[in-house]
Amino acid sequence: MLHGLRAMVYKEAIQVRRDPATRIVFVVPVIQLLVFGYAIDTEVRHVPTVVFDADRRSASREFLSRFEATGVFTITGEAADPSGVRAAIVSGRAKVGILIPARFSDDLLHARAAQVQVLVDGSNNTIATQTLAAANGIALQAAAALLPARGLRAPIDLRPRVLFNENMESANFFVPGLVGIILQLTTVFLTAFSIVRERERGTMEQLMVTPVSRWALVLGKVLPFVAIGCIVSLVVLGLMVFLFHVPIQGNQALLLALSALFLVPSLGLGILISTIASNQAQAMQLGFLVMLPSVLLSGFMFPREEMPLVIYGLSCLLPVTYYIEILRGIILRGAGMADLWPQAAVLAVFAVVIFLGSTRRFHKRLA
Amino acid sequence: MPALAAHALTRRFGSLTAVDRASFTIERGEIFGLLGPNGSGKSTMIRMLCGLLRPTSGEAEVDGIDVVRHPDLVKPRIGYMSQRFSLYRDLTVHENLQFYGQVYGLRGVRLRSRRAAVVELLGLADYLDRLAGLLSGGWQQRLALACALLHEPRVVFLDEPTAGIDPVARRQLWDLLFELSAAGTTFLVTTHYMDEAERCTQVAYLYLSRLVSCGKPADLKALPVVHPPQTRWLRLESPQSSRAYVLLQQTPGVLRATIFGEALHLLVEETLDAARLSAMLRAEGLSSTEPVAVEPSLEDVFVALTEEHAAERR
Repeated sequence: MLHGLRAMVYKEAIQVRRDPATRIVFVVPVIQLLVFGYAIDTEVRHVPTVVFDADRRSASREFLSRFEATGVFTITGEAADPSGVRAAIVSGRAKVGILIPARFSDDLLHARAAQVQVLVDGSNNTIATQTLAAANGIALQAAAALLPARGLRAPIDLRPRVLFNENMESANFFVPGLVGIILQLTTVFLTAFSIVRERERGTMEQLMVTPVSRWALVLGKVLPFVAIGCIVSLVVLGLMVFLFHVPIQGNQALLLALSALFLVPSLGLGILISTIASNQAQAMQLGFLVMLPSVLLSGFMFPREEMPLVIYGLSCLLPVTYYIEILRGIILRGAGMADLWPQAAVLAVFAVVIFLGSTRRFHKRLA
Repeated sequence: MPALAAHALTRRFGSLTAVDRASFTIERGEIFGLLGPNGSGKSTMIRMLCGLLRPTSGEAEVDGIDVVRHPDLVKPRIGYMSQRFSLYRDLTVHENLQFYGQVYGLRGVRLRSRRAAVVELLGLADYLDRLAGLLSGGWQQRLALACALLHEPRVVFLDEPTAGIDPVARRQLWDLLFELSAAGTTFLVTTHYMDEAERCTQVAYLYLSRLVSCGKPADLKALPVVHPPQTRWLRLESPQSSRAYVLLQQTPGVLRATIFGEALHLLVEETLDAARLSAMLRAEGLSSTEPVAVEPSLEDVFVALTEEHAAERR
């Protein structure tokens, strides 16, 4: 059944090594990660901030100066009253508002919890999460610095409020999601191109008159890209951990195992594209047809919960949607198989259906 | 047992019939030439015989095995060289041979000895480390033939093996085919070159999806439609052959005229005085040799067959 598989894999490996495009396959994900990753990072600097300080004493001034010292916030204006802060955010002049009540200094002095309200523009998830995290950190530190007395509970009580977008997602979600997108991009395109090229050049027909088995043909084409996919995911995950300091909270072996599972439907999509496209330009277009919804609808960029029902339904049909949930679960929340089995199960179903379906089409197209 | 037998082989693509009830037999060691204009169904025929394409109806046996029912059993016994160079351009000559050898199930000592044999046969020794894509057309064809011969196939299909290669390489390729066919390998070759067709042991002519004739070149030339009773074929040469052609076509007693460069082939009534033709041309101011009796060429045969076939269809 697998007659000729070894020869196929060996031949494919030589071709992959010799193909100048292969180098791009390793370089592009790194560049994508850097560009996307740092694009996010630069956004959460110098966030325009409007303050309303009803206290106006040294404690409140010092507290506010700590916000600027982090570099995350830039105080761009002072509002005359609380509604002015809100108006500044509504108008887009500021993304963050800080409201300090008149009794801030007194409360601190008497070791009472001093309330500070932080308003955040939630329309940009990334900014919202990062600024809230930063504000929380500042509040904790300031409490320790401003209060010499110890053993007091939460002296600065930060009351965050997200405006316009209550169901906010963490910015850290971006980088793990990117791992899924890059992995899919690499495998779908490589597989589709490699098969279409073989058809374009007539070598597929030459292969079909040999006794090479059809399964050996498919697996021989796909296995080298499984290897490449694994290497690419390791590189991207490594960059994520060491460059973007997003540690993997959960089980790394589980992460790799489920990543391998995700490769199957991805490669299947590549094969599917190759059965539809008759040349590499068409394969490219079809590849983007898969990649665009994968980027826009998978929850990678926009929270799926807020999508219209039809779009939400579409997003359920994308394998990468589930993989991104798995990635975020394991990397950020330390989730295990007990939490992620539904996603893993859907992915397994996709793996079987897409891979078998596309190889069937592939075999049919050969006949 | 013949090397290949087709019986009423038919392939339709939707409403188009690409091959219409083709029947023929090829004996072992023959070089069978398949001719016909572009689009007449030659490639479809070969693809069916190789098991690449299922016939719509009809039967075919290759080396005694039913291609329609057992295409996978036929594959190890045949070699196939497609019209276009279709080996891996980004692999070296050696790597291509190695790959195809392995795919055909050769390994170890046998793979090494077969590889050495085809390299020797086709003179590829100096090119082993060259990327296949960087070889010239003639050498690419040699490599393709080497890959098709690696596993010692009983029947080899060559789809326009000499298209676009130089005359010397063409001659060498044919010499090789004779050598191999003498050793028992059967070849089915498509070509557009009449001189190649003349060298085949048997030729078949496909026209509008129909196999209009099939036989030894000499037998075809003797067909009544080519050589009707009370006629003969003449050949004369004239530097102004196209003007001579126009004049001769209008001459009573000349049934058919065909130009071959400076030469003209004429089918004339037996009673026509040959000397009068050259005299007539000279009178018109054209120089001409004296007509001599010739055998019709295969091209004359195919022209006659095509005309007859077209007339039947009408």
